[in-house]
Amino acid sequence: MNSPLKRVSVACLLMFGLLMANVTYIGTVKADGLRTDSRNVRGFYARYAVDRGWITADNGKTTLAKTVDSGDKTFRFEREYPLGKPFTHVVGWFAPESASGIEAAMNRYLDGSHPELVVRRAIDMVSGKPAKGASVDLTLNSKAQEIAYKDLAGTGKRGAVVALEPKTGKVLAMVSVPSYDPNPLAKANKDTVNKAYNKLNKDDNKPLLNRAIDLTFAPGSTFKTVTSAAYLSDDTSRDENTQVDAPDSLPLPGTSISLPNYHGESCGGRATLVEALTISCNTPFAKMGMELGYDKLKEQAEKFGVGQPLEIPLNVAASNIGADEGKAALAKTAIGQQSNQMTPLQMAMVAAGIANQGTVMKPYLVNKIMGPDGAEIDGTDPEELDEAVTPEVAGELTKMMIGVIENGTGGAAKLPGITVAGKTGTAETLPGKPSHAWFISFAPVEDPKVAVAVFVESGSAGNDATGGAVAAPIAHDVMQAVLGR
Amino acid sequence: MTAKRRGAQLGMLAFAVLIVMGAYASVGLGINGKVPSGMLGYGLGLGGLMLAAYLVLAKWAPWADPLLLPLVTLVNGIGLVMIYRIELAGQAGASATNQLMWTALGVVMFSATLIVLKDHRALQRLTYTAGFVGVVLMAIPALLPGSLSEVQGAKIWIRIGGFSIQPGEFAKLALVVFFAGYLVAKRDVLALAGRRLLFIDLPRARDLGPVLITWGFAIATLVLEKDLGTSLLLFGAFIAMLYIATQRTSWVLIGILLFVGGAFLAGQVFSHVEARFNVWLHAEDPALYDAGGGSYQLMQGMFAMGSGGILGTGLGQGYPKLIPLSFSDFIFSATGEELGLTGLMAILMIYALIVQRGLRTSLAARDPFTKLLAGGLSFILAWQVFIIVGGVTRLIPLTGLVTPFMSAGGSALLANWMLIALLVRMSDAARRPPPQAIQDEGMTQVMQR
Repeated sequence: MNSPLKRVSVACLLMFGLLMANVTYIGTVKADGLRTDSRNVRGFYARYAVDRGWITADNGKTTLAKTVDSGDKTFRFEREYPLGKPFTHVVGWFAPESASGIEAAMNRYLDGSHPELVVRRAIDMVSGKPAKGASVDLTLNSKAQEIAYKDLAGTGKRGAVVALEPKTGKVLAMVSVPSYDPNPLAKANKDTVNKAYNKLNKDDNKPLLNRAIDLTFAPGSTFKTVTSAAYLSDDTSRDENTQVDAPDSLPLPGTSISLPNYHGESCGGRATLVEALTISCNTPFAKMGMELGYDKLKEQAEKFGVGQPLEIPLNVAASNIGADEGKAALAKTAIGQQSNQMTPLQMAMVAAGIANQGTVMKPYLVNKIMGPDGAEIDGTDPEELDEAVTPEVAGELTKMMIGVIENGTGGAAKLPGITVAGKTGTAETLPGKPSHAWFISFAPVEDPKVAVAVFVESGSAGNDATGGAVAAPIAHDVMQAVLGR
Repeated sequence: MTAKRRGAQLGMLAFAVLIVMGAYASVGLGINGKVPSGMLGYGLGLGGLMLAAYLVLAKWAPWADPLLLPLVTLVNGIGLVMIYRIELAGQAGASATNQLMWTALGVVMFSATLIVLKDHRALQRLTYTAGFVGVVLMAIPALLPGSLSEVQGAKIWIRIGGFSIQPGEFAKLALVVFFAGYLVAKRDVLALAGRRLLFIDLPRARDLGPVLITWGFAIATLVLEKDLGTSLLLFGAFIAMLYIATQRTSWVLIGILLFVGGAFLAGQVFSHVEARFNVWLHAEDPALYDAGGGSYQLMQGMFAMGSGGILGTGLGQGYPKLIPLSFSDFIFSATGEELGLTGLMAILMIYALIVQRGLRTSLAARDPFTKLLAGGLSFILAWQVFIIVGGVTRLIPLTGLVTPFMSAGGSALLANWMLIALLVRMSDAARRPPPQAIQDEGMTQVMQR
């Protein structure tokens, strides 16, 4: 009977071989698909098994997101956002099936799965401790952020505020209004979170969008700074006192219409660049744009960062001045209308670039990353994005922008004892709709510490002065908060 | 010359107990961050139990295969740890205390079998008694009213009070004994060649009787007890033993054809057989996943194994509670999540080694009855592992069977420990050196010349 027994032996071996092959197939080839299957709730549980790193500001002194050990076996670590609404769009939230903001962009550090943390994680795994993530410290100045939110929300309008440190590119404040409380989205319950999310998603005011970086808007007169930069750079003999044509109305070539100054005001026929910017004449800048041509204007805008998709590490929508649609269109583009569309962050970069002697720094939100043991494992080094203008041109632009604050439309942003440079803006939107109100500024001029862009959606009723009336006071408060006055 | 290797056996046994204790500690550390408080008592209990089994074996079966007891101890211990772990996770029905008690009883049965059954060939005389007992045991649940015999659709229990036994597990042993005795007696007749078809010698038509009866019995099990697993298990074992006895491949083909045909017909009549096939083929289909009696449980087991990946989450770190019945039919999947592919391969390797040691005993045995009995018992163990593990890993359609030595359940533990006792008894006989011829006298005579 030994020969059939040997065959049965081989058959048994074959059965175990098949089982082993199949188990190997499941444990390797199929494993990822099974692990990530939406019906496998382990992925959902795993999100609450990690002692997620905290998100802080002010060099770790202010807590924006923290992890609380609930003691629950399945959902042990819960996420809380103690300061809530003002920080929502930057910090984001960590929901059962998704995440946003820094919570999403820095997730691999926060949950400890980043390659830099892998050794630490392996030690935790072997010792049976829950995995611990790294903490992320943001560049935000919490005081500036809070005041920016308070002021902007106080207008009752939608909008955004961005404040940058001109010399480094640190984002000191980034606010979007309307905002919402992130805490209900961080609950370990898919149903309630989905309900809360759907409600926000259906809201006509689109609170989920970060208006500082997700959307672009017509920049209006604040864009005249870019047009001026191109005009001054085009010919080094020009400076802030160069006389330019400032007619009461400018016929647009190829059309039967003329471009007026607002309310048909007069700019006196001829004006220096300082005068033209101070009272925000339209015709001189429109004419400059047409003289320069589309390519030069576009090139100048690109040097300020326009057209570049940025990761700060949040994704920033690319701004653009629109397509080349002829001279008449270009005249409007030069004064921030037509298809000219900028993110509030982009306009803050323009102000910061002028403040930093023409060099635009790459904006960033992450100050440093601290390992679970508190040691710094990574930090962001300031990086130059581009030299937008020469230091000379930057100085000339600064003088023009000082005029706006001292004698012009931006008086509301004056700070006692500090020289401020700025520019108001009012961008026409659809006919019959209120205009957008803008304001960009930086201070102190001698040693710039902060550059701000304030954007109020549909914030004014057609008068450029309201860029100064609605947006400038907010910039004033934000600059004051940063400068500690 | 075969050595007893008793020292090695004791060392391996200690090692197996040590691994199980390590796993037990690991569960505590994984769940509560500390070593379980009952660690010492548990360790001494299991260690003492296995030491007792070893002493019985050393006295009553000293030549037995040294690997069988340590291997079974290891897989039984891992099962115990998993059930303890699942109980801690809070799944209703999982009780480590019960399982430990049944393990102890299993070791008692193992010892009793070795002590009482001095010579396994005595069983050959009980061939027809064993057959009768096996059939009666199988038939009881079918004849009892559903309230006393049916759990989750399978009518395979005898439930009296809070107590339930699964007679099929014992019937398995009795029937293998019967098959061995019967086939030894009839194998010459059954091996006779009849007509030749293509390359295969068909048996004579009149010899089909026993096969048809067993087949009818298997189909009855399937139909009356809704138990595809046991039906497949017993019929497969019979065919394998028939093949070992007669060396006729044709029997295997006839057996497969009969069973597949029977199961197909049953599938036409009874929806649950067809449902099993659908679940197997389309387990990931959302409609089947959500359907009652659909693929939910199977997919939860697959999710567990997939999430475990290569190394597993570590004991106490997974979610066995997500798999319905993770402590019985799906203990293999639950183990896969926490011990990973690595752990599952180790467990399959342990089973394979047990089976191979059994088959080795069969090869070394000197008489046909021992060969058939050892071969049959080894095969039925391998076959059972194949059916249940193949089922939960979607290699074959899922049919509810116990994972030997791991799943919660007293009947199965007792029966399988008896099965191992029989293999140990036979390996002792096979490895025992034949009586030495006394040659000294001759030598002495030469010297005296």
